[in-house]
Amino acid sequence: MTSRLFLLGDNIDTDQLAPGQYMKGGIEELARHCLEIARPGFAAEVSRGDILVAGRNFGAGSSREQAAEALLHLGVAGVVAQSFAGIFYRNAINLGLPVFTAVLPDDLVDGEPATLDIELAQLKRSTGTLTLDPLPDNILAILHDGGLIAHLKHRFAPTA
Amino acid sequence: MSTTLAQKIIARAAGRTSVEVGEVVTARIDLAMIHDSGGPRRVAPLLAELGTGLHNPDQVVLIADHYVPGDSDEGRQILRFTRDWAQREEVVFHDSSGICHIVLPQQGHLRPGMLVVGGDSHSCTGGAMGTYMFGVGATDMAGALATGEIWLKVPGTIMLEWQGVLADGVGAKDMMLYTCGLIGMDGGEYQAIEYSGDTITRLPMQERMTLSNMAAELGAQAGLIAPDATTLEFLAHIESSNANHYSRTIELPDPATLATDTDAPLLRHHRLAASALAPQVAAPHSPANAMPVTDGDSTAINMAYIGACTGAKYHDMRAAARVIGKRRVASGVRMMLAPASLADQQRAADDGTLQTLQQAGAQLLPSACGICAGYGADRLDADAVCISSTARNFKGRMGDPESQVWLGSAMTVAASALTGRITDPREFLIAGAADA
Repeated sequence: MTSRLFLLGDNIDTDQLAPGQYMKGGIEELARHCLEIARPGFAAEVSRGDILVAGRNFGAGSSREQAAEALLHLGVAGVVAQSFAGIFYRNAINLGLPVFTAVLPDDLVDGEPATLDIELAQLKRSTGTLTLDPLPDNILAILHDGGLIAHLKHRFAPTA
Repeated sequence: MSTTLAQKIIARAAGRTSVEVGEVVTARIDLAMIHDSGGPRRVAPLLAELGTGLHNPDQVVLIADHYVPGDSDEGRQILRFTRDWAQREEVVFHDSSGICHIVLPQQGHLRPGMLVVGGDSHSCTGGAMGTYMFGVGATDMAGALATGEIWLKVPGTIMLEWQGVLADGVGAKDMMLYTCGLIGMDGGEYQAIEYSGDTITRLPMQERMTLSNMAAELGAQAGLIAPDATTLEFLAHIESSNANHYSRTIELPDPATLATDTDAPLLRHHRLAASALAPQVAAPHSPANAMPVTDGDSTAINMAYIGACTGAKYHDMRAAARVIGKRRVASGVRMMLAPASLADQQRAADDGTLQTLQQAGAQLLPSACGICAGYGADRLDADAVCISSTARNFKGRMGDPESQVWLGSAMTVAASALTGRITDPREFLIAGAADA
């Protein structure tokens, strides 16, 4: 199945990504309500490998990292946005969710097929390739390990 | 070299004589604050996965506030886990005594010049003490707890310089809503905001905390205020009334040196006039939808909430009580009060502020995050039109997505509760109007 783009607007906040009402439960239940206010039915509609494309200040608000975790749980391959809120950006990297800033062209279509190349920082569309702002090596290394905890394990690994 | 307050604090924490804006440094943390939601239940499994414990338990302050008072089975389980962990790890624990950002300074944990991480986005409140404090998620926190370090990109400074005297009925909350409208929810660019100018110099500590708190709504990493006589007086009072803490043992620079040099390069410098500022409200569903209260005053409300670290400190409650006087809340309006800390609630009880609000019809809720966080059983219904002293009116945050939340100062919330529509608090403060 081909991965697709989900287009979202500006200021997608953490209360929309991880609604407070469901914060006391597990990630499974929380993820079912991810983005239901901004885009009803999102959790049911999204498939593994799909990519979110948003405007400015994606992830505004809370420090709850379930906002990024819910997207990972739903199989989202990455988020491309004009800009990210700082705490969300760190959380996403720490959990292994690729996040890229980019200047977005105005011909992006909701649901269009596309794939994300993390190493090359490219969004591959049927009409061409969108170049994303590349991630620095230290962040790529964390993503490559699958998040900060896996990355730090090396640091705390018993020396042989 | 001329540097900013942010650079000075970060340089010390990074063990350097100076740091450049934009460079990534690893800093030693002086303290870490965690709460019941993002704290033990999230970090304990990560620390276990890392196979390491706390780098220094003395550096950890745990505060239970998000699931207090425990109005669901899951909430009670989270609180139980939090309490057990506190005991097991032997960290300082403030249980159900108020909201973390207010309890932390009130209990004497913050001093000027410290670098502190907090497991909550409003951790920037600590900036009012001249502390470089910023919010992080649970994984970042687990890393900091395990290593005693955190990496950060040295921020540029956005100076918000306020000059002039605020009118009666106008305060820090209005300054912040106005700024949210001016530069937007991403106007802070995850850099350091610093508040300066003679308006700030005159503000009491709790008003300064409101400024620093809402640096979060500007998307800044920190919201700093250079320590001055007011800061030192606050700290002296705290030190005389609280038990000894780890924070006292940390060697820190002379507060007099903690200031941005006059010729330090700034990312941006906004000069703002306090005397021209009217009370502000922000329309649903963003703090950036700010406008003078007079532009929103035809809106009928059925709920008035004085709550949160942003808007239910003693100073906020006292200001609201001044507006209320001996009046009563309008019929059809439900007014609720969730004091930001038990210490503030006690102070309000001691001088009659609390009684004024309760006699007006305010329902007293637990001193906790409450409806602002939207984590508990008390939530807004679809037909609620609420004026709230909190920081965020995102769609659905405080309850049903159909509910409408306007933001304003505690004074504006009080005035609106009296009339049943969004109301300028100055209407109740003019000479002769106060029948208190």
